[in-house]
Amino acid sequence: MLGKLTLSAIPFDNPIIMGAVGISVLLALVVLGLITWYRKWGYLWSEWLTSVDHKRIGVMYIVLALIMLLRGFADAIMMRSQQMLAEGTSQGYLPPGHYDQIFSAHGTIMILFMAMPFLVGLWNVVVPQQIGARDVAYPFLNSASFWMTAMGAMLVMISLGVGEFSKAGWTGYPPLSELKFSPSTGVDYWIWAIQISGVGTLLTGINFMVTIVKMRAPGMTFMRMPVFVWTTLVTCVLIILSFPVLTVTLALLTLDRYLDMHFFTNAMGGNMMMYLNLFWIWGHPEVYIVILPAFGVFSEVVPTYSGKPLFGYKTMVYATAAIGLLSFSVWLHHFFTMGSNADVNSFFGITTMIIAVPTGVKIFNWLFTMYRGRVQLTAPIYWTLGFFSTFVIGGMTGVLHAVPAADFVLHNSLFLVGHFHNMLIGGVLFGFLAGYMHWFPKAFGFTLNEKWGKRAFWAWLVGFYMAFIPLYVLGFMGMPRRMEHYTDPAWQPWLFIAAVGALIILMGIVFLAVQLTVSIRDRHANLDLTGDPWNGRTLEWATASPPAVYNFPVTPIVDGLDAFWEMKRKGTAYRRPEQYQDIHMPRNTPAGFVLGVLAFVFGFAVIWHIWWLVVASALGMLITVADRSFNDDIEYVIPAAEVERTEDERRRRMEQAAQQPAAAGATPQPVQV
Amino acid sequence: MTAHAHTIDAAHAADQGPHDVQESRAFGFWLYILSDLILFSALFATFVVQMRSFAGGPTGKDLFDLGYVAGETLLLLLSSATYGLAVLAMQADRRTQVLRWLGVTFILGLGFILMEIHEFHHLIAEGNGPNRSGFLSAYFTLVGTHGTHVTFGLIWMAVLMLQVSIKGLSEPVQGRLLRLSVFWHFLDIVWIGVFSVVYLLGVMQ
Repeated sequence: MLGKLTLSAIPFDNPIIMGAVGISVLLALVVLGLITWYRKWGYLWSEWLTSVDHKRIGVMYIVLALIMLLRGFADAIMMRSQQMLAEGTSQGYLPPGHYDQIFSAHGTIMILFMAMPFLVGLWNVVVPQQIGARDVAYPFLNSASFWMTAMGAMLVMISLGVGEFSKAGWTGYPPLSELKFSPSTGVDYWIWAIQISGVGTLLTGINFMVTIVKMRAPGMTFMRMPVFVWTTLVTCVLIILSFPVLTVTLALLTLDRYLDMHFFTNAMGGNMMMYLNLFWIWGHPEVYIVILPAFGVFSEVVPTYSGKPLFGYKTMVYATAAIGLLSFSVWLHHFFTMGSNADVNSFFGITTMIIAVPTGVKIFNWLFTMYRGRVQLTAPIYWTLGFFSTFVIGGMTGVLHAVPAADFVLHNSLFLVGHFHNMLIGGVLFGFLAGYMHWFPKAFGFTLNEKWGKRAFWAWLVGFYMAFIPLYVLGFMGMPRRMEHYTDPAWQPWLFIAAVGALIILMGIVFLAVQLTVSIRDRHANLDLTGDPWNGRTLEWATASPPAVYNFPVTPIVDGLDAFWEMKRKGTAYRRPEQYQDIHMPRNTPAGFVLGVLAFVFGFAVIWHIWWLVVASALGMLITVADRSFNDDIEYVIPAAEVERTEDERRRRMEQAAQQPAAAGATPQPVQV
Repeated sequence: MTAHAHTIDAAHAADQGPHDVQESRAFGFWLYILSDLILFSALFATFVVQMRSFAGGPTGKDLFDLGYVAGETLLLLLSSATYGLAVLAMQADRRTQVLRWLGVTFILGLGFILMEIHEFHHLIAEGNGPNRSGFLSAYFTLVGTHGTHVTFGLIWMAVLMLQVSIKGLSEPVQGRLLRLSVFWHFLDIVWIGVFSVVYLLGVMQ
């Protein structure tokens, strides 16, 4: 009846896990209790869970990303403290099996359930508005994508208390990840969590590509799109071309584990190197899938707070496209040491060095944008400045790795761990946090507290360097990654410094939470009544903050780069249209949520071999999709009169803001240039 | 952008009619087909890597009956032609004929699937299942993935036949019929790859 699932799957004997489970369950109960207490279930259901509004979905993505950031960070600080302690006779507090799960979960969560939701969340909030559209091309699929991602994350969370997570690293290399060496359900949790969220990501890629190609406002040619939209477009291409390979890779591993096949086994004609090639044919583009949107954020943040157009728009676009193309030609550098001959290694070494060139172009473009600009030192600019130095260091250690001979020394050492955290924290996360603080007022209608934002930045920056520069040193000293215990006392002082660094990062996370709390408390003093708190350049700042459900009452006409800036310059930005028209908008639907929940049940049932439930949930999904396809009445109409009312109300708020600019914290009308 | 194109764009924005929606949907569906093509490419690559990993087991020459596979191929190719006739009938707005040709297509597709199941069953019964060798794992997975796609195509076709009979040839239904047609022809092309790489090369070894 319940397959392999018995009560013994719950690790009652492990106080650390049970503590974590207890805290998670307690937190969940508190949240659910509060929702019930304030009678918000109906609101939550009709306004959020069933919403197909891209802005709402974007917010939910980012909430998911921030929650998973906490979980991933909890894993990180456990690793740092274990390594700080576990030298010589001391074993630390984590047994090897548990430690292996922690580093596997940390990587999986941070890449696939923190970075990915964060970037898709930013796309959802920003991209349709930047291109002057009212929604994405497939609003229902958008909702389904979100719920698949969220339910994938749920599977990872559930693995904490029911069974265990993978011990095979976030990359899941065979033969270790094969049934013979990982007989528990851990690898299955890893497989199905990624597989389910991966479907969501693929659908998102298609959705946003269609949105950008087909739904731009009239006059917005490709070479007039904001760079954030460009990076989104290229990222979508990467998703569409690479995620199916991940699907196949995991499916083949699944077949090995479930049906005794021989793709990656040691014997019977299996070939484990094939897994490495397939995994990284997805995995390397994936690196650029997470970093390109961050580049897009910086390309919006830097011009906005420098009061200048972006330097070298065209080179920025070509550099983005070049990175996208080259990202498919470097995958082998992840395993230089694993048996390829010198010619193959040199080829991939050279392509890897080449891909640093367009990235360098971008750095110079941002610097030249700031050069002689009137740079306002806001929190988003702080993150950007922190990114410049951190990312360049990471880039240089990356190019070091690109030399196969050097890689033979550095491979799988902590030097590598230092390198990719320079890219992923200093590049990806700093970028997303800059975007979060830049676009927060657009999504919620009030600005975030600057002081706490900057404090968070300093804690993150200092903490980052303290936590990761020691790893480079340790790499040179020969310390491999993923060790739960070691015997060389010379390593311990460096690991102690790294652990202190992690604690400072913890302060950064606390400050982010404080920032959010303080900002919500003081929201009435920091309202963004104009919709354009930063004197922005692109169309998302033309809408209200938060935007009306339809974003634009009238489709904007674009006649240049930095469309909104041009409108403000010409004085047409806030012109009242002669008349409003009825607007068709997609109706909310529970189908996306239902699909997500069924996918979760399906995943859980497959992991535990509960076959009847597998069949039932698969049928459920099929019926949900078929039923949805029968429904042609998926839109509702907002009458012109209602649009007019909403827009007049907005106009009134803007006038109010103009009368008391200081109190409202709003920017006065832009200075004519 | 020229002034001419500009007007077209403006017209598009003003009139977000059902036709534009169908056009966007078609574009999105082509992107999905592209991603599916990548999926099959990865499986083909896997098969080519493992096509000689017999692990002491049987080879393609020992197992494949080209005549039988030619029969499967015939059914699938014919079903593509009959689907084309269904689309022609749709464009002529002949509902019963659309249903009739879809029915024929469905039967041909079902025949293909049944033949494939029979072939798989035969192989497994003789001890040459997917767990016998890397070669057979790759064979069953590539061919089986194609078969799974055809099966989903059949389910989709059944749903659409129901929609045609209930809703008639409305604009959304026509859009769906055209998208299924892309999917169906795409599976034919993949099958030609399967026939050449798996069966022909397999027998020639």
